[in-house]
Amino acid sequence: MMPKSPRIWQLAERRYRLLGSKCTACGKTSIGPRSVCPTCGSEKIETVQLPQVGAVYSYTVVHALPAEKEGYGAYIMAIVELEDGTRLTAEIVDCEPEDVKIGMPVELAFRMLGQESEHGIIYYGYKFRPIIAQAHTKQG
Amino acid sequence: MREVALVGVGMTKFGERWDKQLRDLFVEAGNEALKDANMGRDEVQALFVGNFSAGSFVGQEHVAPLLADYLSLKSKPAFRVESACASSGMAFNLACMAIASGMYDIVMVGGVEKMTDISAPEATSVHTKAMDAEWESFFGLTLPAAFALIARRHFVQYGTKPEQLAMVSVKNHRNATKNPLAQFQFEITVERVLASPIVSDPLHVLDCSPVTDGAAAVVLCSADIAKKYTDTPIYVLGLGVASDSIALHDRPDITTLNAVVKASRQAYNMAKIEPKDVDVAELHDSFTIAEIVSYEDLGFCEKGKGGLMIQEGETEIGGRIPVNPSGGLKARGNPIGATGIAQVVEIVKQLRGEAGKRQVSGAEIGMTQNIGGSASTCVIHVFGRQKR
Repeated sequence: MMPKSPRIWQLAERRYRLLGSKCTACGKTSIGPRSVCPTCGSEKIETVQLPQVGAVYSYTVVHALPAEKEGYGAYIMAIVELEDGTRLTAEIVDCEPEDVKIGMPVELAFRMLGQESEHGIIYYGYKFRPIIAQAHTKQG
Repeated sequence: MREVALVGVGMTKFGERWDKQLRDLFVEAGNEALKDANMGRDEVQALFVGNFSAGSFVGQEHVAPLLADYLSLKSKPAFRVESACASSGMAFNLACMAIASGMYDIVMVGGVEKMTDISAPEATSVHTKAMDAEWESFFGLTLPAAFALIARRHFVQYGTKPEQLAMVSVKNHRNATKNPLAQFQFEITVERVLASPIVSDPLHVLDCSPVTDGAAAVVLCSADIAKKYTDTPIYVLGLGVASDSIALHDRPDITTLNAVVKASRQAYNMAKIEPKDVDVAELHDSFTIAEIVSYEDLGFCEKGKGGLMIQEGETEIGGRIPVNPSGGLKARGNPIGATGIAQVVEIVKQLRGEAGKRQVSGAEIGMTQNIGGSASTCVIHVFGRQKR
């Protein structure tokens, strides 16, 4: 089997620290590295720190699991809209399926995402969790 | 550009085809299309095949020459096209361009998928490959989950209800009872859909198209020689293809499928028609929400009124625009790579008046809409009984 490690480390820092791409011409931000702006076509892209808080834009509870998640149990997947408008796809954790709502404020949670095989490398990256502390709650 | 005509169609029974291999299914559909066209296999100049992931499903890549070999097309050019669920819709578009350009006069276009050799969780994993591997699937998104995210937003933005989603499935199952090649030839009820296990809420098992084995094929030729093969050629009036972001989260409003909007306008313009001129349509109901959103984005109804359109019966056989008389992906079955051509086969049968108990009476203009992934690809074809 082909080692997946290079594929993982290429993107590891971005997934660990929530780094994104920002077009200096039009201001469009994206999760993941891009060398051409998907909106305006500019090649002037810089790597930026994305906000670590946002809100749930849409969500679903996944019951039919893909093979890689065998035995994991039902889980919440969401599109999260960060404070600056950047959207990304992430699991929502520390939250019961019946409690998740569109508009619910969430924050970055660094977690394990998977494992290549029983003895293979472990993948880490972002998930999001509800913001509990009042001090962190986004107004409006 | 030269006009393109369809002169032969063929399709296998869709379902769990334990009895057949990938190549057997394709050869069966291809032979039937040739017979339907009263054509010898030596007349075919090229083969275009839609296939999503034979490598994952049956361990076979490089399927184009394999299928040409088993169809005895000898050393003819054979092209494979992959665009997830839109693979054979895209193959059809390319084949039309190949004839329109004058490169070839006669080609076969087909699609095939053999999906039941692996387990359901494995099949779910294969489906996820149609999305962004690094920024969606890696984080746990599945294809049904992507459409569930769309459905949830549609509920909130437009008041669409789970019952309305279920009605799509009920309609398509009812139509499939009249299609002897359909995978599921039985009726269901809204209550049964809503009581079926949840795949990715709000989508239930009976909101989702199944895992299917099957193949479909058609023979295309330059319109000026079509009458040599059949008295009832069906003409290609319009073509449209568009793409959208690979990741759903990169779209400003996930309740609008921009590729569907764009591809359909291209096809309507080329065919010089408006949505109201469509007499029968085969749409991509991979998930019930997809059919509802497609009504809107194809211009069959106002944005946000898709739920109402199904509820009022406008897309039933006999309604204002009958949709998926074949049973659609939901009930005819969805062998991924074959789906786009299965849609074409149905429209040809409808326009020829050969659709039996599911015939839409007096159908003159038909269309197909085939989407890939979360509608990162959309392919539209418009067909007519008369030339443009």
